[in-house]
Amino acid sequence: MARLGVKRERHLIEPGLYTMGKPTKESPVFVSANYTLSFDALRSALHGNDCYILVLDTKGINVWCAAGKKTFGTNELVYRIEVVGLNDVVNHRTLIVPQLGATGVDAREVRARSGFKVEFGPVRAADLPEYLKTHQATREMRRVRFTLSDRIVLIPVEMKNFLIPVLIASVILALVGNYTAAAAAMAAAFTGLVLFPIFLQWIPTTDFSIKGFLIGGVTAIPFAQNAFYGMTNETMWVRYGWALAYMLVIPSISAFLALNFTGSSTFTSVTGVKREIFLYMPKIAWMFGIGIILIIVLIAMKLLEGI
Amino acid sequence: MFNSYLSNTLEYYPELCINCGMCSTVCPHGVFGPDGKVAQLVNPKACMECGACQLNCPTKAIKVESGVGCASAMMLAAVKGQKEVTCGCDGSCS
Repeated sequence: MARLGVKRERHLIEPGLYTMGKPTKESPVFVSANYTLSFDALRSALHGNDCYILVLDTKGINVWCAAGKKTFGTNELVYRIEVVGLNDVVNHRTLIVPQLGATGVDAREVRARSGFKVEFGPVRAADLPEYLKTHQATREMRRVRFTLSDRIVLIPVEMKNFLIPVLIASVILALVGNYTAAAAAMAAAFTGLVLFPIFLQWIPTTDFSIKGFLIGGVTAIPFAQNAFYGMTNETMWVRYGWALAYMLVIPSISAFLALNFTGSSTFTSVTGVKREIFLYMPKIAWMFGIGIILIIVLIAMKLLEGI
Repeated sequence: MFNSYLSNTLEYYPELCINCGMCSTVCPHGVFGPDGKVAQLVNPKACMECGACQLNCPTKAIKVESGVGCASAMMLAAVKGQKEVTCGCDGSCS
């Protein structure tokens, strides 16, 4: 539920200094964000250790995203060290900061302003027990991943944002009597929101939009086929019309949803995403627009015929 | 073909590098390798422009235009005419 942003304010941790076990003045200090999922991952990884956790005020956002916005950043870290009086709590002057915090935390500046040395730990809290044995992270620990399970947990997050427009579109299409088109709207959304994240790494090409077009094209084929071969009591060009409409609209929807997924991915650069937007957004919009107009015309004709 | 991610804004000036190893520590995509007398730019295409290396490089040997690589945020900013692109729920959930 926390991931979905449902009652996000309930997933805030009060910023400040927390203890685990029975820490002494020599115990290590770990830095985290005040988002329950970040904090809980750290707590469970450190289970059985005696240590301190310094929770920064990141407005309930995870470490990496907050670091991008600098709320998990140098200023907040220096400020929080002062507020909790960390100088007096521990004798040593080392903080273990998650590696992904480095986007917002300038280690040298933190040291200059607070006296604390920042040690960048592994990307994932789960690697901490291994890391703490040597305080050396392996190459593997330093890499961000985007595995199938990482992507699957994001599916409901993406669905939440698009569920209502898709349902509205489907209901409208069903109300005007076209159940196939209603199913196609759902299939397009399902392709972009569920199938695309799952198959991301296996779909050919690099650009998210093209991947979305391709997988959307696959989804559109049975609908187009059905329109072409199944609507036998319609005129030839109505069948052509529907087949074309499906081939235009379904891939454009899934391409758009795929392009949106760049925001959740862990590797797309701003430069690349910008390039994708400029390159594909106009084409996506045209395909979608023409397809929708075609559908409206076809449905209107059908309805007029009935009068 | 169909690869918008072949180049990015990452610039590296090895003549300024003091081989502190910070860039290869903070990079989540192994763009820099610590081997050699100075940091090696081993996989520039993998750079996602997060800016961690630039922020933590003590000699400003690395330059990158960092930002949020998020299409919906960028399109929203374009529509609203904002210059700054911020991700997700910046305004609504603070």
